[in-house]
Amino acid sequence: MTTKKEPIWIARELSRCSGCRKCEIACSLFHEKRIWPEASRVRVFMLIPGVEFPHFCAQCKDYPCVQSCPVKALSISKKTGAVLVKNSACIACGKCIEACPGRIPHMHPTEKHIVICDLCNGEPQCVKVCQEGGWNVFKRVSRGDRPYELYARTPEKITRDLALKMYGEQAEEYM
Amino acid sequence: MISGYAGKFLEVNLSTGKIKDVKFDDEVLKNYVGGRGLAAKILWDRLGSKWEKIDPLGPENILLFLTGPLTGYFPGGRICVSGKSPQSNGVVGSTVAGEFGVELRCAGYDGIIVTGESEKPVYLFVKDSDVEIRDAGRVWGKDGKQTVAMLTKECRALLKKRYPLYGEWKEPALLYIGPAGENKVRTAVVAAKWSHAAGYGGYGAVMGSKKLKAIAVKGTGPLPEAADIRKVKRFIKAVNDNAYESELWRRWGTGGGGYEFGAKTSSEPVRNWQDEWHDEKSYGVDQFENRFWVKQYWSDFGCPTCCLKVAVIKNGKFKGAITDNPDYEMQAYLGPNLGIFIPEENIFLSSLIDDLGLCGIQTGNVMGFAAELFQRKILTKKDLDGIELKWGDAEAFATLARKIALREGVGDLLAEGTYRAALKIGKMKNMDLLPYAVQSKGIGIGAHGVRSGKDFPEIISYACSVQCGDHTSMAGLPLDSGGSELMEILNDSGVYCNFNSFGISRSLKFNFYGAVTGIELTREEWCGTKALRILQLQRAMLLLGGPDLKWEPRIHDENPPRFYEPLPSGPYKGKTTDKAAVEEYKNRYYKAVGWDRNGIPTSKTLRKLGLNDVDKALEKLR
Repeated sequence: MTTKKEPIWIARELSRCSGCRKCEIACSLFHEKRIWPEASRVRVFMLIPGVEFPHFCAQCKDYPCVQSCPVKALSISKKTGAVLVKNSACIACGKCIEACPGRIPHMHPTEKHIVICDLCNGEPQCVKVCQEGGWNVFKRVSRGDRPYELYARTPEKITRDLALKMYGEQAEEYM
Repeated sequence: MISGYAGKFLEVNLSTGKIKDVKFDDEVLKNYVGGRGLAAKILWDRLGSKWEKIDPLGPENILLFLTGPLTGYFPGGRICVSGKSPQSNGVVGSTVAGEFGVELRCAGYDGIIVTGESEKPVYLFVKDSDVEIRDAGRVWGKDGKQTVAMLTKECRALLKKRYPLYGEWKEPALLYIGPAGENKVRTAVVAAKWSHAAGYGGYGAVMGSKKLKAIAVKGTGPLPEAADIRKVKRFIKAVNDNAYESELWRRWGTGGGGYEFGAKTSSEPVRNWQDEWHDEKSYGVDQFENRFWVKQYWSDFGCPTCCLKVAVIKNGKFKGAITDNPDYEMQAYLGPNLGIFIPEENIFLSSLIDDLGLCGIQTGNVMGFAAELFQRKILTKKDLDGIELKWGDAEAFATLARKIALREGVGDLLAEGTYRAALKIGKMKNMDLLPYAVQSKGIGIGAHGVRSGKDFPEIISYACSVQCGDHTSMAGLPLDSGGSELMEILNDSGVYCNFNSFGISRSLKFNFYGAVTGIELTREEWCGTKALRILQLQRAMLLLGGPDLKWEPRIHDENPPRFYEPLPSGPYKGKTTDKAAVEEYKNRYYKAVGWDRNGIPTSKTLRKLGLNDVDKALEKLR
């Protein structure tokens, strides 16, 4: 995992997600030292049972969230390419949520700042647990010049796509 | 306060609409832990003195949704549902997997206590400490999948409106009932995630009696702090690594059972247990896996095993059916037990049973019972409202299941569950129909027979269990072994999935409990005192029973009569249960758990455990 050149990206195969939420557990243990699903930087949505998937930052090429921040609380890590949040500067205005095509950032449930995946400084914990279990939804890859922003989609849109793929047209009934 | 607990429980009185927080002393939590153990304690304290008079489907019953300190920490989160059971009239700790328990603990509650009954359909919406009783008129009458869709949408819209700057809200966790629960069908479940269910006990009917359609919970806090998170992390890894070793268990889940428990161990119900053997390769796991599973690894919070799979039928007559694997119990009870050996038909019936909010085990059991009565011409087509209930006719069974869920015609009789239906139909026909009822003390037997001796249950597993036919809570000796009900009480009271505890050492479970709570617990203390005390409470309430049924241990601590018939075919043809061996084992078991020769807990046993009031209450039974 460490041999890949930085900056990195987390390649994702959403339809393999089991919904085990071990990524949420690992992420919150790493960042908050607690098991805390709502404070996790990666959140598993299940708007329809069976259609679970991790929702987390795609590091868009043009980083619209960073551009939208009125107080410059967001920056781009030179090392990993992740969006970094300066918690003390963040005013929890939610502008970055609006700017994100996938509405991916969310507020920390108890602190007054936004929460965005920081790629764990290059060693993403979610990738580790997902691979340990053999699900391989996540894979750490080197960041090249690819259309990553395609993965910044809202939970509703991702749910619709995956549900139609799994359940066929009757999935419309469950949305 | 003990580590690992949120520290408070939510109590909701649906008659008055009053909502309050309640707390239990550390001493109570240390002794009864949570889930099943705590349920027994709460029910005894609040209802024990009038237990026999409490109608399980009346407003006086108390419905409990309890987590344990290990919920969310031990891989595989669950929630324990309990109350006075409308099946056994005792107490069943009925657990269901999913995120509900974790969300509840993250909302700051260790459990929910529901009392009274509402006049109109309602659901409970818990967002951290904000709790409200909301109108459920719109979802009343809706099936499982519709209920999940409507409430997920409604609750997310509420959250979005109230917290516009939060960002996208994940769905709240839901527990709900389908039409069967609403109609107080005794085989109704408390359901989650379309196909998950707390089945044993019949608590869906209790929810329905209280007009409580669902509970939705969103907790935004962390799990209650563990005493030693570093140790907890190490133990989580140990449980995970153990599960990762068992690749076929993960790949097939229990979905391999529909074939294997018939062909290999001869312990699968076939045509209402008239047989337990089949060798139908059409029912092999490959037929489910290759043709219908669209998700091979489906799991609940923190689970490394993923015993669930998502099955979908995309074309043909049963197009649109969606369910899990089906798991073994559904495969068996809605398959061979009804003479069905075609995967499509099994998936179709499982999906329907989910939607109706029925228990596949209990409903498959009672439908198999009815079909055998039809086979023996005891029930006629006319008795069955025109249904030709022939073995293998999936559509006939589907029609019957709908009638049961709606309590329509003959469905109203069968909605009482196998034991009560056998008494009622027996009275109508002036016959003893109990020989065809494959149940123990009101609860249909899990799909693991004892006659071949090759499956895991023993000859007293069901007969002496305080949860009766429940195949996940079996009586057995020695008391401190994995085959003892006392260890199941640990799983159901810590409230985590027993499937993830297969193959791990017992000491790991106790150490896990210690790392979360900061309280040392030894196997001796658990099996010699704490779990034994919980067992006695459950036993006492089971024996007190009432108001409609009462059990005599000398008669009812028994296998179903069918288990004494010889197996008619297969590699174990002719094998059966030895009645003398059952008696002998039963007496040894009674002695080990401190019950007298009539199966009643002795004064000495109860007083030693500090259960003096239980001793007094049982005096009249001795």
